[in-house]
Amino acid sequence: MSDITLDAAARAPEAAPRSAPITAIGPIAWARQNLFGSWWSTAVTLVLAYLIVRWTIGFVEWAFLNAIWEVPVVNGQAQTQACREIKGVGACWAVITEKHRFILFGTYPFEQHWRPALVCLLFVGLYVVSAMRRFWTWHLVPIWAVTLTVIGVLMWGGVFGLPYVPQERWGGLPITLILSTFGLAMAFPLAILVALGRRSKLPAIKMLCVLYVELIRGVPLISLLFMASVMFPLFLPEGMNIDKLLRAQIAITLFAGAYLAEVVRAGLQALPRGQYEAADAIGLSYWQKTGLIILPQALRLVIPPLVNTFIGFFKDTSLVLIIGIFDLLTAGKTAIVEPAWQGFGIEVYVTIGVIYFVFCFAMSKYSQDLERDLNRHRRR
Amino acid sequence: MGESVITAQVASAVKADAPPAIVLEGVNKWFGALHVLRDINLNVAVGERVVVCGPSGSGKSTMIRCINRLETHQEGRIVVDGIELTDDLRSLDAIRREVGMVFQSFNLFPHLTVLDNCTLAPIWVRRMPKKEAEEVARGYLNLMRIPEQAEKYPGQLSGGQQQRVAIARALCMKPKIMLFDEPTSALDPEMIKEVLDTMVLLAEMGMTMMVVTHEMGFARQVADRVVFMDRGEIVEQGEPESIFTNPQTDRLKLFLSQILRGH
Repeated sequence: MSDITLDAAARAPEAAPRSAPITAIGPIAWARQNLFGSWWSTAVTLVLAYLIVRWTIGFVEWAFLNAIWEVPVVNGQAQTQACREIKGVGACWAVITEKHRFILFGTYPFEQHWRPALVCLLFVGLYVVSAMRRFWTWHLVPIWAVTLTVIGVLMWGGVFGLPYVPQERWGGLPITLILSTFGLAMAFPLAILVALGRRSKLPAIKMLCVLYVELIRGVPLISLLFMASVMFPLFLPEGMNIDKLLRAQIAITLFAGAYLAEVVRAGLQALPRGQYEAADAIGLSYWQKTGLIILPQALRLVIPPLVNTFIGFFKDTSLVLIIGIFDLLTAGKTAIVEPAWQGFGIEVYVTIGVIYFVFCFAMSKYSQDLERDLNRHRRR
Repeated sequence: MGESVITAQVASAVKADAPPAIVLEGVNKWFGALHVLRDINLNVAVGERVVVCGPSGSGKSTMIRCINRLETHQEGRIVVDGIELTDDLRSLDAIRREVGMVFQSFNLFPHLTVLDNCTLAPIWVRRMPKKEAEEVARGYLNLMRIPEQAEKYPGQLSGGQQQRVAIARALCMKPKIMLFDEPTSALDPEMIKEVLDTMVLLAEMGMTMMVVTHEMGFARQVADRVVFMDRGEIVEQGEPESIFTNPQTDRLKLFLSQILRGH
């Protein structure tokens, strides 16, 4: 039977491959098929195109053409009359020009702003290095330890001739980065342990993990932050005080840990039982099995929901405003409290939105690449 | 290279008066209220090849899985390579080092290459240097006639190739005993032969083997003994010829007639 096919293939004159007609591929064909396929879709296309064009023109006029980038400052008072006159017609980016350092660094002493700026750069550098797979070795541990120490020294100061800055004066982007980086870096290992614990055969461990997840998950983050900031100190002995930021950090870590644990558990459950049995049968110990066989597969499976949770928590750190910590969003809000700048919230919020977006989009993009790379074995 | 390793290992293994490789004494097991193994008594000598057959649900897979404690038995004694199976983790580790297992669904590790699948246990359990482990693995992949697949991922191989990788992976631990749990049941017909051929090869080298299978041709060719199980008990056992041509019990007669009709 195979002989016949071979013969036929040999005899038939081979048709030269030729490209499809221009009406079948290319942008014109695509548009005809997808945008103007019927009267109905043509109508929708035209209406939407009109709205998009109108909105884009309006936005460009507001954000760029009619915008005011700077206002004169007299005696330390910004003269914002020009801005008020074009309100609704043009953006007043002058608020950003004037206030960007307050938005980024909060009430940190002005002449020391280079320190939190450097901290932000260090964080970004740390992310970039950690993201590169060729650094995925034990070297990452000392790199993280050193970077985080340097960040602590820079923020607090008090050594190497740096003036001491108490934590109450920190604010802005460094707070957001500190809370989310420490929070997720500690929550992730915690989540893995809890997820493993929930599947443990030992009833005590299992109970403890279930209790932790259900208790934390059943409470809003805001009330957890309140408890950490208001209730927790009540139970401490007189005179003992734990840093407010640290308490918020612990609350966020515990909260993120419970959510991530469920994501990781989903991955553990998705693995077929045969993987566990094969690992047992070749004699691997529990931790070898978990570290070499189970987790590498389970975590790959849950990269999308993991990153989803990561991104969610990056933004949720803004909730610390309710216990009086100045993160990026709160700093932005405070910047426009000043009478001269009241009413210019849109510009500030757009800017802060862009900053959040840059970080979140980078995470999302990176996770897509990671997913593609790590799941290469599933492609044929 | 791989072959010389195996022959050396097997030469020391075949001893007429050696203690049995596997002993099952009065083994009972229940799944909840279901009595799945009833008073199983079975000795497997070193170098012996035992084929276990029986209708589905007869407990044959459960029995073989008890031998390396993927399942636990509730009554009786199981002694493997002179070590009794208990809750003691050390004895379990020792037994799993000496017993290789091949599953119906291969159970290769999909995120590791074929070579890494084979070297994982030797490196982590036997503490073998990586280079040596790779050399051993390539030897066994060669023996399984798939040396060229070493760098691929399991998902890129056919079912028959995957099962041969699984056999190679088990052999890399240099086990004294090999257990096969329906190794060809998940395979397309044209791939069954390539897997059985490698198992025959293994049998010819004197490996102690316990094989759950419905492949009667294989049983005839290599088995020293065929064990027929039904409803959790060993109903009949003996040399393949006598079992297949001269069954004593009605249950075996019924089973054989069903098997033969299927072929």
